Amino acid sequence: MKRTVRFRDSDWTLLALGVAIAAIGIAEIYSATAHTPLAGQVNRQVWWVLLGAVLAIVVSQLDYHRILELIPWIYGGCLLALAGLLVLGPTIAGAKRWIPIGGLTFQVSEMAKLVIILTVAAYFADRQGKFVTWRDYLKLGALVGLPAVLVAMEPDLGTALTFFPIVAAGFFLAGIRPRQVAVLALLGAMLLPVGWHFLKPYQRERLVSYVHPAQDTQGSSYQGTQAKIAIGSGGFWGKGFASGTQSRLGFVPVSHADFIFAAFAEEQGFVGTLIVLLLYLALLLRLLDGAQTAGDRAGSYLLVGFAAVLFFQVAVNVGMMIGFFPITGIPLPLMSQGGSSALFTFLGLGLAMSVSMRRFVN
Amino acid sequence: MGSGTCKTMGFRFPEDERFPAWKITFLQYLVAGSFFFLLFGYWRLQIAHHREYLEQAERNRIRNLPVIAPRGRILDREGRVLADNFPAFSVLLMRESPSALTSERVGGIARGLDLDPGELERQIARAEKLPRFQPVILKQSAALEDIAFVESHRVEYPELDLLQVQQRSYPKQKIAAAMLGYVGEVSGEMVAKRGSHYRPGDVVGQSGIERTYDSILEGRDGMRRVIVDSRGQEMGSMTTINALPGDDLRLTIDLDLQMVAEAALGDQSGAVVALDPATGEVLAMVSHPSFDPNDFARRMDAATWEQLTSDPQKPLMNKAIQAQLAPGSVFKIITGAAALETGTIKPSYTLQCSGLVNIYGHTYHDWVWNKGHGHGTVDFHGAIVHSCDVYFYTLGKLLGIEKIAYFARRLGLGARTGIDLPGEDSGLVPSPSWVKRVFKRQWYAGETISVAIGQGAVAVTPLQIAYAIGGIVSGGDFRQPHLAFRDQLRVLGVKPEKEDEERRFPLSDETVEALSRAMWGVVNEGGTGAAAYEPGLDIAGKTGTAQVVSVELQQAAKKHEYRNNAWFVGYSPSAKPEIVVAALVMQGDHSTVAVPIARDVIKAYFDKKAARRPPPNQLQTQIRVMSEAREPLLSSPEREAR
Repeated sequence: MKRTVRFRDSDWTLLALGVAIAAIGIAEIYSATAHTPLAGQVNRQVWWVLLGAVLAIVVSQLDYHRILELIPWIYGGCLLALAGLLVLGPTIAGAKRWIPIGGLTFQVSEMAKLVIILTVAAYFADRQGKFVTWRDYLKLGALVGLPAVLVAMEPDLGTALTFFPIVAAGFFLAGIRPRQVAVLALLGAMLLPVGWHFLKPYQRERLVSYVHPAQDTQGSSYQGTQAKIAIGSGGFWGKGFASGTQSRLGFVPVSHADFIFAAFAEEQGFVGTLIVLLLYLALLLRLLDGAQTAGDRAGSYLLVGFAAVLFFQVAVNVGMMIGFFPITGIPLPLMSQGGSSALFTFLGLGLAMSVSMRRFVN
Repeated sequence: MGSGTCKTMGFRFPEDERFPAWKITFLQYLVAGSFFFLLFGYWRLQIAHHREYLEQAERNRIRNLPVIAPRGRILDREGRVLADNFPAFSVLLMRESPSALTSERVGGIARGLDLDPGELERQIARAEKLPRFQPVILKQSAALEDIAFVESHRVEYPELDLLQVQQRSYPKQKIAAAMLGYVGEVSGEMVAKRGSHYRPGDVVGQSGIERTYDSILEGRDGMRRVIVDSRGQEMGSMTTINALPGDDLRLTIDLDLQMVAEAALGDQSGAVVALDPATGEVLAMVSHPSFDPNDFARRMDAATWEQLTSDPQKPLMNKAIQAQLAPGSVFKIITGAAALETGTIKPSYTLQCSGLVNIYGHTYHDWVWNKGHGHGTVDFHGAIVHSCDVYFYTLGKLLGIEKIAYFARRLGLGARTGIDLPGEDSGLVPSPSWVKRVFKRQWYAGETISVAIGQGAVAVTPLQIAYAIGGIVSGGDFRQPHLAFRDQLRVLGVKPEKEDEERRFPLSDETVEALSRAMWGVVNEGGTGAAAYEPGLDIAGKTGTAQVVSVELQQAAKKHEYRNNAWFVGYSPSAKPEIVVAALVMQGDHSTVAVPIARDVIKAYFDKKAARRPPPNQLQTQIRVMSEAREPLLSSPEREAR
């Protein structure tokens, strides 16, 4: 029995939620940059979002199984790109994160994120059995760990960290034993000091200032403090569009990118915060609904992986603005300015739509 | 649905063993719960603590910059500028940002501005108690390097800012420095004092006129609220409270006389005071060696400070009001006034001066004894003209210390004149009760003999002696010496301390006549002050050569600082004096060095008076003079043309 997949069955709600959040983001980028030398950049973001939305529709029409079949090639290509970037990539702002293509820069790690989602989905879709084994941990650990290390070496610890929830969600769904969790937790605790050793000085500073925010308000935790002042000063209704003093006078750093939510919360107040967080929540719950009703496990893993990475980024970014997490370079997906991030988030949405419209088809 | 539907490229999508539905549901609750938690965090900041954060945001963007009020100028009686201001920059430390200054950052600022880090830390610590919107002035009259440092480190040190200020300047430099005083940063105690309106870094008068009339001269600083970005750059202005400049203060000092007095005293250590005894107006006040008050207006380097404070000649001291010294023979006028007023002697009282006299079993020498002779037969007039010590030793014995002390005090000695300068010393009129109080002993009768000729414990300031002599020759009409015009103070709402009426101590005409004629003789009859004789001028006065140590020690040690202090108090005209000048040359050896100084000042006074109309005494007179002067200028050529 076979049902045709029709265009109108696409999950428009998913796309609409994504576009709505992106639109709010664009407005805030405009507000945060209109008076600065970065003024024109909002237009570029509009094009990226539009391109992302169109590509999402295109991808949604593809059968995700076809894409999963290509995963060894995609994974291999991604690994090559990451390694090549470290060797040949240009150093921009102290890091090798971007490949310049025709005047635009393209962030490879954003692509890697999507590739990891696909890899994890493909891996678990293939697996049988009620619980994962230590073999699975080792195999998947290597599969995900390798690109994660490459990304961390750029250095871009924030993006490398986003791979973790994808894997964790995969294991959770595939079935983990409490004993495994205990062993992994112990292992992680033992590795923490080693990890500290590998951190760059600025990364350590961020962690220290997270634990002791009052120690050095001008240095590392300055950004966090100023973000909190921006958010708190917004109040219930906010200071109004393009009227945030903290962001517009430069107290909140990169208020169009990583700290966009602080700028937004300052100008739109608690009301704005509530609306945007509800939009994200709706998006995430809909993705997870899709995972529940997906046609097969591969689709479920895909949706959960995507939801996991999205949730992780939103929670950490929104949470670090108010001091729940240390400041890390994790942008707010769909809102922060950044072409690669917007593009791959929409591609992820496209994949999700592809899964969700094929839930009755097998 | 069949099994193994998809089987390509080695990928199998086997018939699903679906994972339990609760797992996804669990994830959904996890997500929802997390979002609720996040929302709670935002609620806490945006609603529960909104007010505090809004305050902090306002403090971030609004900077309160003081607008420094220019200090009033100090002018001489003819409006010539003695103290002025010029624009300069101060480096400010803004304290409104939430950032804490680590010692590392303080060190960086100290290095950049070339300040002592320890002192800077203390300065910042002192300011902790003040409202945060008040910035601290780190450096006054910033050099170009300091300005460049602040401008180029806006990002590293956003708390630093520049402020245009009015820096005090004294165009005449060392002229009248001790009298004018100087300004400096307000002390910590003054800031801490209850009801004090001073803030750290404020510039206040520290001495002299600058201190006495600080409340008149100081203006009221304004405030500018500006919007700044995170780098401290001004993005806009909100409100401005204008600064109220301080009032100009016109002094009774005549710069022309002052310059003459400064030149006449020259390199010698000492003081010159010129008074109008009829009004109490101080026309000139010199204290040498002097200093440059401009050094205080900028931050003084340690070497200059060390030099000023360790100099044994004490340049910072205003010797006109702070040098308390034995007046020597000038005091004979006091003793003489007491003897005549009490009827102890008549001016005709005559005695034979052999150069020494034995009183109470002790031999007292006259100052001419070294020359091997006495003054011969002297009456009261002759005793003053030639400054006969034996005559006044005898008067001392006849009067007794109580009468001398009583008259000395009533004639203006032993107490502050009340001049409008800080730190005036009272001098000393010794008496039995004084030695009992201070030394817990009886008065020695021999002490009276020394006091009678102005030696011993008796001490006066140059201002005091000018005031006393001026009052005596004006018939006992004492006028409080002052530097600021009374009318002006009345307009500005400042009251004079003591009414002149309370100072009157009428002397009989005969006494005044006898003393006046004698002092005229000092100058015009070949007396000790003959050097003050000036053809065409009616100058009178009295000399004084005051021993610092005993004659024996003086001759044995031959040290410069043991040399006698030279005094001369001159006035003119002798009948109704318009000007009285006291000149003190410390270690001048003999009064003859002091005499020409007073003469020069008196001569300059009358030369000037002859050359033009009398100097305008009052503000209104001056205004009238100015308006009158303008009219004839325009009209007189026209009139002549017709």
